[in-house]
Amino acid sequence: MSDHDQAAIDARPRLSRLEAAWVIARRDFVAVLFSRAFLFFLVGPLFPVLVGGLAGSVGGQVSRSAVTTEIGLAMQADDSAAMIAAAETLRPQLGRSIPSMSVIPEARGEANFDARAFVNERRGNYAAVVTGTLAAPEVVGTQGQIDRWSGPIELVAATALQTSPGTFPSSSSSVVARSAASERTNRIRTAQASQMVLFLLTMLLAGMVLSNLAEEKGNKIIEILAAALPMDAVFMGKLFAMLGVSFVGIAVWGALGWSFWALAEDAIVVVTQTDFRSLPGPAVGWPMFLLFGIIYFSMAYLLLGALFLAIGAMAETVREVQTMSMPVTMMQLMVFFLAAYTITLPGSALETFAILFPLSSPFAMLARAALDETLWVHIAAVAWQAVAAFLLIKAGSLLFRKRVMKSGGAGRDTKKRRLFNRSPAQQSSIEPAE
Amino acid sequence: MHMQVGEHMSASNVSAPINEDRPLAIEARGLVKSFDGTMAVQGIDISVPEGAIYGVLGPNGAGKTTTLRMLLGIIDPDQGVRRVFGHDRPHDIGRLIGYLPEERGLYPAMKAIEAIAFMGALRGLPLAEGRKRGLELLEKHDLAHAADRTIRQLSKGMAQTVQLLGTLVHRPRLVVLDEPFSGLDAINQGKLETMIRALADEGVTVIFSTHVIHHAERLCEGVAIIAGGKVPYAGSVETARDRIPAQVRLETRARDGAWTAALPEDARREGDFFYFSLPETGVEPLLKQLIEGDAGILSLSIERAGLHDAFVAIAGEAAARQLEADQAGASS
Repeated sequence: MSDHDQAAIDARPRLSRLEAAWVIARRDFVAVLFSRAFLFFLVGPLFPVLVGGLAGSVGGQVSRSAVTTEIGLAMQADDSAAMIAAAETLRPQLGRSIPSMSVIPEARGEANFDARAFVNERRGNYAAVVTGTLAAPEVVGTQGQIDRWSGPIELVAATALQTSPGTFPSSSSSVVARSAASERTNRIRTAQASQMVLFLLTMLLAGMVLSNLAEEKGNKIIEILAAALPMDAVFMGKLFAMLGVSFVGIAVWGALGWSFWALAEDAIVVVTQTDFRSLPGPAVGWPMFLLFGIIYFSMAYLLLGALFLAIGAMAETVREVQTMSMPVTMMQLMVFFLAAYTITLPGSALETFAILFPLSSPFAMLARAALDETLWVHIAAVAWQAVAAFLLIKAGSLLFRKRVMKSGGAGRDTKKRRLFNRSPAQQSSIEPAE
Repeated sequence: MHMQVGEHMSASNVSAPINEDRPLAIEARGLVKSFDGTMAVQGIDISVPEGAIYGVLGPNGAGKTTTLRMLLGIIDPDQGVRRVFGHDRPHDIGRLIGYLPEERGLYPAMKAIEAIAFMGALRGLPLAEGRKRGLELLEKHDLAHAADRTIRQLSKGMAQTVQLLGTLVHRPRLVVLDEPFSGLDAINQGKLETMIRALADEGVTVIFSTHVIHHAERLCEGVAIIAGGKVPYAGSVETARDRIPAQVRLETRARDGAWTAALPEDARREGDFFYFSLPETGVEPLLKQLIEGDAGILSLSIERAGLHDAFVAIAGEAAARQLEADQAGASS
């Protein structure tokens, strides 16, 4: 830097709030992003998903192999063949409702085959055994299996007897995207899912802000920052740094999730028993809805983060941070429940309250984006949330300046009236240290 | 300028401006601050001319840190006004100020060179320029080898030096140092004194707090003595010392005699010596009476009061004892 530049510094002797916030945000962002802790933070949430997926997959496999749906046939050979053929005829229409059937080898050619004894002795691996004739089949098995399979077996026997249709007319289909009755129900599912994702991300990521200031107090950095820059700029810089880090986290998790989906789309649908491909579209359309998702996540993060920062600023240790943040976490949970509850109460006073209350507003508005295509309300809501976040940051920094940077210890008590009179020794013990 | 001891003990604040010709870097009037009903400072007045080295002197808990924090805008006073280079809000001229807090702090995982650059960036210096200047400063202080070490890899003294360099990297016009000598060994204390003098030579105003009187006495043009949240004296070091009469030490051959009546009222005997304040009339009339009384003068010396004596007289015995205890604690 030349002397001319130094003169420029002297001529403009303060950083703007934006510049000040940028200095803090840049350092915090880089420091967090390239820390080992962040790597663990990124990987952490993937483990439960991975373990859950594996467990679901293995469990499903075990469950599928453990549940036997095969029916053993101990009938005359012709009857057995007719039953098997009838089952094959019906299966395309009725799918898994029709059990697979096979002739019990031990019963083949045995006129006196004792089905009850066979089942009682737990031989073979059949859900139930069918004896008798096509006109009067007898199902041998436990009560549960009899209840479950009697109907299908009777249908198969009737088909084998050709007393039910042997051929089925093919129907043509005309699919509609949605019906008036189903549209709202489907969108409510989208609203609920988006609120849940927003809540989980906010709670997971806003925690990073929580210990930030407490750590800086521990490192004694905070006084240097407070001396150089306005405290609200410091708060703002820290919040936006952590928001940036959060987006990195979301991008990484999103990319991994997308890759996983691309690799194992069908498996995910089977394991989760949810067809994400057919998620109902939100009222404002997917692109706009995703944009709102990003905006409302940012606002929810800034609002909650500002609260957490204020708490972190007042706490001396990480343990204190955890204790002090508990009420806020509980409140956030209640706010989420409130927003979730009002999904089914559009236009109610409660929904209006959820939209106006800053901490629940992003959740309520995201649900609204799923249910209602009106856009202007979102502009108003985002503006209101931004104002609330700004006020929270201001209040937090004011609190910090008033309550945190205490010093001096001469201990000249100016309060005229005290609830309890303390001895000078007691008074000195509560004085802040210089 | 001679004043009676009784005047020194007066509770009223005394201001003895230093070099009124220069514009003021810092001007504070009637600063009051309390925390939760506990008064930290009550009515502090300080004037520091540009280019001066100024000491804020007082025992631990006197209110030095609170005063500095108010001057820097870290906290706001409940009452009173403060102006730094004529600005009511110190953050408005944040790029002209460097501050070293009493509780040293740096990011442990940051490299030394990055820490210096970051502290410069806080004051508006571009990071690249901060790194360049930081390296120059580290080389100047024989710490170039530590540039790429993280703070947690440095010794306490090295980390403290790095923080001090970070305080200066943006070339501030006002440097505020809170207890800068604490934690430093004698060699580094000497280096710091040299650095402070060099800053003043460049026209930088330096204000530092300390509970070690010798540093203030060696370095400062002016001091503010803080005791019990008040400033019983603020002004030049010379004026403070002049507020105590010079001390006379007299050694005589005769132990007693009529000549003793000529000694001032405050004279006290300690071993072979008499100690008393230099009379306002000077020493010549007394000498004449001692010679005529055949006291047999063996030696007579006149010693000018030091800043410590002035501190005792101004802040009181209790504050002085606490100051000595603080110094002993710091040195141990």
